[in-house]
Amino acid sequence: MERIPILKMGQSLLVSIQVDMHDRLALSLQDDLTQQIVNTRARGVLIDISSLEVVDSFIGRMLANIAAMARVLDAQTVVVGMRPAVAITLVELGLSLTGVRTALNVEKGMRLITESGGMEDGAGSDE
Amino acid sequence: MVLVQTNESVPIATDDDIVRVRQRVRDTAVSLGFSLVDQTKLVTAASELARNALVYGLGGTVRIETLLNDRRSGLRLIFEDHGPGIADTALALTDGYTTGNGLGLGLSGARRLCQDFELVSRPGEGTRVTIARWK
Repeated sequence: MERIPILKMGQSLLVSIQVDMHDRLALSLQDDLTQQIVNTRARGVLIDISSLEVVDSFIGRMLANIAAMARVLDAQTVVVGMRPAVAITLVELGLSLTGVRTALNVEKGMRLITESGGMEDGAGSDE
Repeated sequence: MVLVQTNESVPIATDDDIVRVRQRVRDTAVSLGFSLVDQTKLVTAASELARNALVYGLGGTVRIETLLNDRRSGLRLIFEDHGPGIADTALALTDGYTTGNGLGLGLSGARRLCQDFELVSRPGEGTRVTIARWK
């Protein structure tokens, strides 16, 4: 079955969505990511949607679900690279992606994750 | 007067068909010269309504029409299913209302993304949603 690849970079997971996902594929990405957060003990999840020409309510809900599940598993999610036309359409559609952190590109998203992760690590961890 | 210049019908029976509807609507919007933002709005609205036709209408079709009136060209999409229909269309158009497990933004959101919107439904017979955007 078709799958979206999940890469591990340091303590983060990186996903770049390059195809127009059908609904089942979006759901399997949600499941795979949740499983991978646990397996790899990732602290951050970076989702690059710069190739996505459309984010409808189903994909929007998937992004919100991933962020919520990651949070429960002590990982932070940042969605990066949203196209301007997609942002305009999402707002008009009525989807505000509450609870989902966003950044303009992968670099800025990664910085968001490492900065906040670093502060938490400094408080108690010795890794 | 509105002239229908071309039309094609795309079936909606699986979630791969939702992807196909998005692609066909995108191609048609591009060929009509819609701006990128307008293309994105049309494709997003089409995706919501195609999913509704599949999930709530138990499958259906969409007719994609290119239009011409005296001044402008337009794109019209007619989604039709023969599912259980909608008893209270006003309620169905309320943001956040859903009988499934979605966000309840499909119909109301699609209406906001287009200029023309019409919802006709009879319980037991099915639902027809027509949307259009003009250049």
